[in-house]
Amino acid sequence: MLSKLAERLYWMARYIERVENTARLVSVYDHLLFDLPQEVGISWYNLIILNGAEPLFLDRYKNRDERNVVKFLLADDSNPSSLLSSIRALRENVRTSRDLLPQETWEIVNELYIFARDNIKQGINRSRRNQFLEQMVKRCQQINGLLNGTMSRDAASQFLSLGCNLERADMLTRLLDAGAAALLGDLDTDLNIQEVVWGNVLRSSSAHMSYRRTVRSAVRDRDVVAFLLEDPHFPRSFQFCLNQVRDASGNLPNGGEVIRCIEKSLRAPYDLSKSDALGAKFREYLNQLQLELNEVHTCLSESWFPSYERSVI
Amino acid sequence: MSIAWGHYNPEHLFDEQITGGQVNSTGGDHMSIAWKDYNPDQLNDELIDDQGIPRPAAQRLIEHLQSLDENELESRRKFSEVTIQEMGVSFTVYTEEGNIDRAWPFDIIPRTISEKLWNKTAAGLKQRLKALNMFISDLYGEQQIIKDGIVPEHLITQSKNFRPECIGMKPAHGVWAHICGTDLVRDSDGEFYVLEDNLRVPSGVSYMLENRAITKRVLPELFEKDNIKSVSDYPDRLFDMLVSLSPRNIKRPEIVVLTPGIYNSAYFEHAYLAQQMGTELVEGNDLVVADDDCVYMRTITGLERVDVIYRRIDDLFLDPEVFNKDSALGVPGLMRAWLAGNVALANAPGAGVADDKVVYAYVPDIIRYYLNEEPLISNVKTYLCDDPQQRQYVLDNLDKLVVKPANESGGYGMLIGPHASKAELAQFAELIKADPRNYIAQPTLNLSTAPTLVGKGCVEPRHLDLRPFILQGKEVYVTTGGLTRVAMKKGSLVVNSSQGGGSKDTWIVKEETN
Repeated sequence: MLSKLAERLYWMARYIERVENTARLVSVYDHLLFDLPQEVGISWYNLIILNGAEPLFLDRYKNRDERNVVKFLLADDSNPSSLLSSIRALRENVRTSRDLLPQETWEIVNELYIFARDNIKQGINRSRRNQFLEQMVKRCQQINGLLNGTMSRDAASQFLSLGCNLERADMLTRLLDAGAAALLGDLDTDLNIQEVVWGNVLRSSSAHMSYRRTVRSAVRDRDVVAFLLEDPHFPRSFQFCLNQVRDASGNLPNGGEVIRCIEKSLRAPYDLSKSDALGAKFREYLNQLQLELNEVHTCLSESWFPSYERSVI
Repeated sequence: MSIAWGHYNPEHLFDEQITGGQVNSTGGDHMSIAWKDYNPDQLNDELIDDQGIPRPAAQRLIEHLQSLDENELESRRKFSEVTIQEMGVSFTVYTEEGNIDRAWPFDIIPRTISEKLWNKTAAGLKQRLKALNMFISDLYGEQQIIKDGIVPEHLITQSKNFRPECIGMKPAHGVWAHICGTDLVRDSDGEFYVLEDNLRVPSGVSYMLENRAITKRVLPELFEKDNIKSVSDYPDRLFDMLVSLSPRNIKRPEIVVLTPGIYNSAYFEHAYLAQQMGTELVEGNDLVVADDDCVYMRTITGLERVDVIYRRIDDLFLDPEVFNKDSALGVPGLMRAWLAGNVALANAPGAGVADDKVVYAYVPDIIRYYLNEEPLISNVKTYLCDDPQQRQYVLDNLDKLVVKPANESGGYGMLIGPHASKAELAQFAELIKADPRNYIAQPTLNLSTAPTLVGKGCVEPRHLDLRPFILQGKEVYVTTGGLTRVAMKKGSLVVNSSQGGGSKDTWIVKEETN
């Protein structure tokens, strides 16, 4: 398999996840608005901070309000990780690796692109945002379903798995960060609000039912975090994603380096026993996880992707 | 209750579902196309004769179209647009503002050709390509045809596409032009004439295949009733042909399609063909020529040997060591590997020497010389401006002729005399005098037309041409029909998609014998 194609598939899978999880991330805050009492002001700007996009955002906007934040995350061309930019990058990667993918992939991705482009205003305006975000998630699931259901488990699908799970793990840390951030500051941390916030984090990961069945308790902050970080069976948990990356690397030639790199990241689990475990320190820890995931990315690029000059997509 | 599938009527699939129920599909008061008023003013229409009666090969098609009212027809036209967008069939237009990806312009009314006429044409195309390949082999070998005085020596010495680097090379099966796209037009006598041969990197075959895929979705009923010959075997035949070129006698030679990249106007086609054949689509920087003069591609497991390259890059960009030194598209050392016989290139470098428009004028003689046969398809009458007598005729009759530069493609740099202004005529007269060898002229033909949907319920004749694709490796193959291109502007003769042309599905129809 061509190195360049492997790289395109890897990025294609990352962009599918980025689109889906950006939609999920925005929907957490969107739902919080419905569920929280009005006097609890939450700051949409948290979503900019936890995506590390402050400088870029402030270049474009003065006002840090909901409209600008959502516009920046969903529609902004100057934001390379906005939902629309990610869909464009996804489409370009699919367009240039069509010969490795099931035939319908291009059509479905192209439909996603056309739909998002033509309906992006619905995502920005609050009244129909929820429907728009649900569409985004559904269409991404449709793509992943097609790939899962029809691709042989050859090298190509291993690279998809690498990209999908690495991005998913990364986006999970940001989703947890979004929950933690909403509860920081002057908020009256009464139990009810915590339940609302972490309940929404769970729901936006489609983890609500699995959590109930596995943890068998009410929605409690530390239980939720523990479940999303460590559960070995839930496919969106951090641990599960890393295991997938490790397995995919093991199925590829010369995967040893990547496996060693992952095992290093797994070594220090976060201590959730203390009562203030989800404070500022937790957010630092999440940041650390993101850096380690980036190291895994660098390591796998060196193992399989060519170092010769190539056009950036 | 379960769905009563017995009552499910696919005839209605197109109205309500596609246009959101706005179309009244039950009412009989909507007009269908008034074929009586369809008036091919030059009396040279391929589907309708001068009495307004469908020709035999088009009969079922026209009957079917007549059964659709104008709303139904319009909804199918819209459906074809949606289909094209969803399938992502596009081509790139170069503009000053950057490259634009445009949806493929498509007319839903197919063009029909009778099988009998087609079989004769296909035989002529095979004959032509065989002779052209013998000609190219000869030019890079003994040059017997020049010694025998059939073609003048300046065909080589002054050709932009003759590559001295290729002299002495003997590619597999003696074939240089493996993939040829030959443009045909039909004159008022009903015969096909060859307008030009494209022997370098002809494009368009993917659109031929996609046009059929679109039509199957838009007019599905006709494929049940009519005897339309399939076009779908092209990718398999292309693959077989490429395999037959492999220098290594192994079971599964490595075939790749070499593309200049996603910004090339035909990139869609490169990706499409690679996918259909199940081969790798590579760019120059995916390939490397090692010290053993073999070509390898960079893969996740290291370097892998490549046997056959279907290259969609022009000669001069193939290898910066030999040709254009600044080319970042090619592969350094590729010519070395090819000349050593370690890799096959399709088409072979230098094959373009025979698609020069001046060589074109000699093709009938070339066929007689090598095959000792009469050409089965004729050329369009062609005047060589290099010849003083013919040049004078051209200069005297410029307003009646089409003048073409020898080495341009895509319809650029042409003069269409009857449509040109005085200033343009004068300008071309100067161009011809300054560089006579670079120009040929042809009479304007009474090009055939076919009914084309130009507005809701409105069908008018539009001019068209046909580009069949011919493959030659161990064997010779011709596509069933080809790519029909349509000049969408009324009266226009320019069919190139970069200049406002569209296309149609092409049906080779077996006429019923009764």
